[in-house]
Amino acid sequence: MSMAPNPILQPTIPQAAERENYLNKEYGAWSWLLTTDHKRIALLYLLSITFFFFIGGFFALLIRLELLTPAGDLVQADTYNKLFTMHGMVMVFFFLIPSIPAVLGNFLVPLMIGAKDLAFPRINLISWYLYIIGGVMMLHCMLTGGVDTGWTFYAPFSTSFTNTKIVEAGLAIFVAGFSSILTGLNFVVTIHRMRAPGMTWSRLPLFIWAHYATSIIQLLGTPVIAVTIVLVAAERALHLGIFDPKLGGDPLLFQHLFWFYSHPAVYIMILPSMGVITEIIACFSRKRIFGYHFVAFSSIAIAVFGFLVWAHHMFVAGISVYSALVFSFLSYAVALPSAIKVFNWTATLYKGSIHYDAPMLYAFGFLGLFTIGGLTGLFLSALGIDVHVTDTYFVVAHFHYIMVGGAVMGYLGGMHFWWPKISGRLYPEGWARLAALIVFIGFNLTFFPQFVLGYMGMPRRYYDYSHMPEFQVLNVLSTAGATVLGVGYLLPMIYFLWSMRYGKPASDNPWNAAGLEWKTSSPPPTFNFDEEPIVTWEAYNYDELDAPHQEEVQVAK
Amino acid sequence: MSTHSTSSPLKMYFAVFFALLVGTGLTVFAATLDLGRYNAAVALGIATVKATLVALFFMHVWHASEKLTKLVVIAALFFLLLLLGLTMSDYATRLWS
Repeated sequence: MSMAPNPILQPTIPQAAERENYLNKEYGAWSWLLTTDHKRIALLYLLSITFFFFIGGFFALLIRLELLTPAGDLVQADTYNKLFTMHGMVMVFFFLIPSIPAVLGNFLVPLMIGAKDLAFPRINLISWYLYIIGGVMMLHCMLTGGVDTGWTFYAPFSTSFTNTKIVEAGLAIFVAGFSSILTGLNFVVTIHRMRAPGMTWSRLPLFIWAHYATSIIQLLGTPVIAVTIVLVAAERALHLGIFDPKLGGDPLLFQHLFWFYSHPAVYIMILPSMGVITEIIACFSRKRIFGYHFVAFSSIAIAVFGFLVWAHHMFVAGISVYSALVFSFLSYAVALPSAIKVFNWTATLYKGSIHYDAPMLYAFGFLGLFTIGGLTGLFLSALGIDVHVTDTYFVVAHFHYIMVGGAVMGYLGGMHFWWPKISGRLYPEGWARLAALIVFIGFNLTFFPQFVLGYMGMPRRYYDYSHMPEFQVLNVLSTAGATVLGVGYLLPMIYFLWSMRYGKPASDNPWNAAGLEWKTSSPPPTFNFDEEPIVTWEAYNYDELDAPHQEEVQVAK
Repeated sequence: MSTHSTSSPLKMYFAVFFALLVGTGLTVFAATLDLGRYNAAVALGIATVKATLVALFFMHVWHASEKLTKLVVIAALFFLLLLLGLTMSDYATRLWS
């Protein structure tokens, strides 16, 4: 239970003999741009999503600076509308949704199941190109005027009133959506068909179960948002009556279709993060995950239940009261599998040999922040409370606790955990622990005041609150927190880059972790394993991994 | 992945293609008739039959031996039912209150 380095680990290799691996096998831009190696494609995604993360972060910074003072004195009202819209679109569609699946999932799914690559390597590369095409379209849209509808594109504002770049932004998301569908398709087929001998479903790492569940949502949900966006474009361009009541349409139909995907989309972000956290907690507690099957099937349950709750975004929009009651009840139901996970993680920690390395600090951060985000989600599931706090900063705080406090903490934790495998180098542990602490403090300072602001009645998407100057103190705290959070996010990028050149060479298994990905070299060779692995052990066999040390103790007695 | 994908007779493809053309013709014809509240139902009915033909024959679901293919089809239909069913739970009960 100390902050001292883990005594059972041998993180570095004595001599960094340069072995052939996926990084040094080929050089040159074309070897990357035409690669079908899932690991290289993962790195292409890593660079791309980091780029969009900073664009989205820049918009967030401007939003927070505007709200530093009650008056709308930094940007114009319509510019502010565009800022929060583009922040949401970039962060949701171009960072959060691809973050863990396309980077860590791409890199690790074949390694963890003992496969040479994903089932469809070329489709994997196409998915990255689709992402880039969508991203370029979104960049062009932003540079030529942007969109002001909010990331939700609500009709009839998006279809009949605004003159901003709706169709272009919609098409960008449409194209990027297919990138997500192809990633999900690849994962489903790979997990079904390419597991190594002996890698039964009950031996799969829970990271794989989480990605399997995520893929179900990507495959079955994303087409709906794609069609919905096409319908918005069709109504704008061809005046088809779909959402406009004057033409025989219904604006609430847009919300039904939009949230059918966009609520489960939150689970596309959080489920992979839960998979990451599961791996980290098992490794740094040196224990098999408590309730393996419950954690595995709760991922599937979240993926399915997640499709049953969407109308809780529409309680005040004019839907049927009876329907709202059903959706309220179902929204409570989705909390059950999430709670199963949190309780099982906590039970895994119990009497574990806990090590406070940076990935584990992120995992602890995830546990706290996700729990707060999840519990405040129950507030919003309750019809009576939701009416009170709809469209206030309470909602903004809630979903940031899930999508940033949950998903991004998991992403960063995973990046630290698998960085030695990805890069073959160790990151500086001291700096990493400091960064984890800064992120945790900065995050809470940014978003906790927003719960209070929302409860006090501050509406979201307002750039001017001069009629309520008492909100300023909490807004200043939030902006200050965002600055701290920004530093916390910059630090890992700096030391990861630094470690690629100056970091100590990592051993194949620097954490002494379970899992097939640690049984190959760091970085892995192009086809992952020199010989096809045969799995004869259960997942998270930390008892066996640590057994030699137990024997030593017995001999000493 | 289906082992039948290469052995499907060319005749069947043309038959399905012809059926799709007939479906398109029917859709155009139906558009010239005023069926009142059944306009959309008829158009959607024809479209559903056409989509089913495409899935069953062009996408090889009819002869699929892979459990995974069947699983994907069943899952897609299940989630489509969720979308339609729960959305209609709103529309069907909106006037109750």
